[in-house]
Amino acid sequence: MNPFQFTRVSTPKAAIAAVTKESGTYFLAGGTNLIDLVKREVIIPERLVDINKLPLATIEKTATGIRIGAMAKNSAVADHELVKKHFPLLSMALNAGASAQLRNMATVGGNMMQRTRCSYFYDTSMPCNKRGPVQSGPDKGQPNGPTGCRAIGGSNRMHAIFGASGKCIAVHPSDMCIALAALDATVNISGPKGDRSVPFSEFHRLPGDMPQKDNTLAPGELIMSVDVPTNAFSEHSYYLKVRDRASYAFALVSVGVGISMKGKTIQDIRLAMGGVAHKPWRLKEAEQFLKGKEATEANFKQAAKLTMTGAKGYGENDFKLTLAPNSIVEALQVATKTA
Amino acid sequence: MKNETKNPAIDRIDGRMKVTGGAKYFADFDLPDLAYCVIVGSEIARGTLTNIDTKKALSAPGVLGVFTHLNMPPIPGWDAPAGGQADGPPPKPATEETYRILSGPKILFDGQPIALVVANTYERATYAASLVNAKYSKQTARTSLEKHIDKQVTPKGGDYSRGKAYAYQSAPVKLEADYKIPIEVHNPMELHGITAHWTGDKQLMIYAKTQGVNATQQAMAQAFKIDPKNIRVHTEFMGGGFGMGLRTWPQETAVVAIAKKIGRPVKLVINRSQMFTMVGHRPYTVQTIQMGADNHGRLVAINHAATAETASYEDFTEATVNMTRFMYECPNVSTRYRLVRLDRSVPIWMRGPGEATGAFALESAMDEMAHKLSMDPIEFRLRNYTETDPEHNLPYSSKHLKEAYERGADAIGWKDRKNEPGSLKEDNWLVGYGMSTGVFNAFRWEASARAILHADGSLVIQSAVTDIGPGTGTALTMIAHNVLGVPFDRIKVEYGDTSHPKAPSQGGSAIVSAVGSAVFDACTKIKNELFELAVKANGPLAGAQTADLVLTEGAISIEKGLDKKVAVGKLMESSQLSKIEKDADLKGSPDLQKYSMYSFSVHFVKVKVNSLTGAVRVTKAVSVADSGRIISPKTAASQMIGGVTGGIGMALTEEAVIDHRFGRFINNNLADYHVAVHADVPAIETIFIDKPDPVINPMGAKGMGEIALIGFAGAVANAVFNATGQRIRELPITPDKVMQREV
Ligand SMILES: Cc1cc2nc3c(=O)[nH]c(=O)nc-3n(C[C@H](O)[C@H](O)[C@H](O)COP(=O)(O)OP(=O)(O)OC[C@H]3O[C@@H](n4cnc5c(N)ncnc54)[C@H](O)[C@@H]3O)c2cc1C
Repeated sequence: MNPFQFTRVSTPKAAIAAVTKESGTYFLAGGTNLIDLVKREVIIPERLVDINKLPLATIEKTATGIRIGAMAKNSAVADHELVKKHFPLLSMALNAGASAQLRNMATVGGNMMQRTRCSYFYDTSMPCNKRGPVQSGPDKGQPNGPTGCRAIGGSNRMHAIFGASGKCIAVHPSDMCIALAALDATVNISGPKGDRSVPFSEFHRLPGDMPQKDNTLAPGELIMSVDVPTNAFSEHSYYLKVRDRASYAFALVSVGVGISMKGKTIQDIRLAMGGVAHKPWRLKEAEQFLKGKEATEANFKQAAKLTMTGAKGYGENDFKLTLAPNSIVEALQVATKTA
Repeated sequence: MKNETKNPAIDRIDGRMKVTGGAKYFADFDLPDLAYCVIVGSEIARGTLTNIDTKKALSAPGVLGVFTHLNMPPIPGWDAPAGGQADGPPPKPATEETYRILSGPKILFDGQPIALVVANTYERATYAASLVNAKYSKQTARTSLEKHIDKQVTPKGGDYSRGKAYAYQSAPVKLEADYKIPIEVHNPMELHGITAHWTGDKQLMIYAKTQGVNATQQAMAQAFKIDPKNIRVHTEFMGGGFGMGLRTWPQETAVVAIAKKIGRPVKLVINRSQMFTMVGHRPYTVQTIQMGADNHGRLVAINHAATAETASYEDFTEATVNMTRFMYECPNVSTRYRLVRLDRSVPIWMRGPGEATGAFALESAMDEMAHKLSMDPIEFRLRNYTETDPEHNLPYSSKHLKEAYERGADAIGWKDRKNEPGSLKEDNWLVGYGMSTGVFNAFRWEASARAILHADGSLVIQSAVTDIGPGTGTALTMIAHNVLGVPFDRIKVEYGDTSHPKAPSQGGSAIVSAVGSAVFDACTKIKNELFELAVKANGPLAGAQTADLVLTEGAISIEKGLDKKVAVGKLMESSQLSKIEKDADLKGSPDLQKYSMYSFSVHFVKVKVNSLTGAVRVTKAVSVADSGRIISPKTAASQMIGGVTGGIGMALTEEAVIDHRFGRFINNNLADYHVAVHADVPAIETIFIDKPDPVINPMGAKGMGEIALIGFAGAVANAVFNATGQRIRELPITPDKVMQREV
């Protein structure tokens, strides 16, 4: 491991100042992603700023819903009474992620900021537009050495079918974020230029020409909390995660759904997909279509079809073009059944 | 020993030590002045190292040496004829290439060591390793078996056939199908490695992750041209071997050479990604089965062909197609086995080895044929059941497979199965049942052991054998107890060290049979000596015949007059013996040649399948072992459960993926290489036939490590077919292969 500096701070202000001051400085939360990346030399930091002492771990009721501190542990959020009762989708999505041990360390802010699991991003002997030029291997030592995307034309079974670019087809791997995108959450941010809030679905971005940027957070900005507005979905929520083993694997495709029903009719619905894009993939068209309709298989299939406009496979992940709509139908069926 | 009685279920003798941290694994041994070695691996799969810059690494803090092909200390016995693949340096190859670690700039596989960095801490060695800078001249990597399948070679051993070559063509019912097994990696929790400590110029102490301490001792003796007596190898505990520790790997030998060179003990623990390239794997194998049957469900012909990958520098072979020759009554059988040499590191046996690969194909094909014939798969197997081995024309030493089918079928609820696929549904999930058979050679290898009975009644058993986890120590305790009647808690088994009597490597499901027989023999010798002491002229049972004596609960008596007893301790005391020590050195027996000896298993699974998402869950598993007398029921059940867990991984989740453009693994870590986790594994019911084999050894015990896994993947594939009507012939059975287009 390369030597780096380590600073522990106890106020958000100090954290922001420390990270703004020098480049190569990173907030360290649970460390479950960052430390792996450092060990693999995907990230070679100058300094880590430990933010575990920041008072940002509370989960509290607000006038409009619930506020979850950025440092709240994934397991604490998943097990919180308010979350289980009013936002079961969030609880389910969190519990579908990683392992119990990891969820005990991982934080909400860290989860949002976790990097892609694309194998080529992790293999520093291969070029990667998201990571930058190669750091080792045959092409090592060329400062402007080759960049490119090895996932295109390579092993891309886990990769995107929506919104990818010629530079990057990686997906954002988080489960929690699918639920937060579906539930219209808002991210509260503090930074060198002050405080701001962004809708959750505008927090992450598509790769375009800058796949190195996963999201819209500016340098030095710190995620403070996430607000989730009150909803009427608690009785019909479901997080479906299709993966290569029954637990402890990233999603091939996941679907987060929250519905309010009146009899057999869908009154309101939120729908988002994971494992298919560089960001949580909200399915507004399908939501629109299903609103006011009956919960029937035919309608579900119709809605699922609608979501697939513009979908594109890259070879090994072509199966997602079938699995994604299938999973939407399955998730809708289960969600409308749980009563 | 009375084989008529079943053995009681006792706890694993080292269980407490293992869960409390008392068990010391090779990497736990700390030595003064210990240095740490880290391997730098090639990042290309084929080509030449044109430059390797170690300057930065050498000047990093704590670095004691950086070894490359330019300065690697010589290994004097590298090219000595190897004492078998498992024991020594790679054999002189018949292949186009030769691989000798750090001997030249040629790169033959991805991850091939190009430098070994040694420092005074592991972290420093790791950091220095990251500073080694290599330049390569790359060649196109040949890593895809399919792409190079036309370059097959025929390994030693040859093809097999009986009956008429063209019988298949004219069979009334025919099936031809291709099956594929991906690369699987053993991936035990414990990482592989070695600690080498030269305690003198020609004196070597080794702590290693080896399944055979004597094999490692032999390999190092050969490599360094020293007397094996001067090499001690210690491996008491192992955190899972599964075959990867069945040979001495080149990097181990290199570490021994480097330890000598720098004059300090050196420890190497490879990292997880290196576990994919440095210690073998289950080879990628493609198979074709042609099966012919008549309309009554009798097999007419089976042709089984397998092609497996191997390295460019060594032909690794295994018994992939052999089961097909003797498993069923069938007049016309041919098998064919080929290799394709690729730019890959060499494979090695992985639990169940080739037999598990072959059984997936054969037992899937049996299921496919049963379906074609509209027969129940068990009925089809029974119709082709054989009481004699049709390959060797010998009787089986014992075979209770019919009973195994029956008991397994009962336990899984086979009567609820419908022969028509897609007939059963539970909560929107399709439900299916599947079964398959497993078989593996039962051996009795040469082995030795020592038994020492002390006058205080305690017994020590010694053998060099390593316990890789199956509970060898517990089984040996049981065997000794059954001969000498010493209470379990007064028996100590010492193993995993070359200072004890020589034993074979732990593998091939042969240890209870081999080492157990030696322990049985050594204990019997002690018993006989005690009997002699008892009946001698002034002995306590003078006048009695030794043949009439029995030893129970620490006392000797005359079988028909149990009132006259002498305690063993008393007898030894009065004979002024503080201990009786006996060695047994067992060779095979010519009697064994008159029989075919196999262990059998039957696996039953119930699965549920979501046809929309393609998710497959094994909801129930029953495995039945016909492996002779069960010596230690509890550890045997554990072993079975472990095998089934491995089987679920093989069936549903495990696959090491190579990007053939670069010849490089892309999922070489435990997050992306999916071994089965708890959520994949249901409650597993294990059933033992538990009837002694009258031939193999005095305990009547056959092996069971391999059969716990062999066939299991086929049972799952067959159950998925029964649930969905979809035949998956390529493992692992992941959602994308199973889901059906519905939208
Ligand atoms: C083996 C494995 C399996 C996993 N499986 C899953 C899975 O199935 N589903 C899933 O969703 N996740 C999975 N994860 C990922 C896991 O959820 C993330 O590692 C975790 O959520 C990261 O949180 P952390 O607090 O540990 O972040 P850290 O590792 O500490 O930080 C990650 C990044 O976030 C930044 N950061 C942290 N907090 C803030 C903040 N408040 N403001 C701004 N930036 C911040 C850090 O600077 C860093 O760049 C898995 C991880 C592993 C190792």
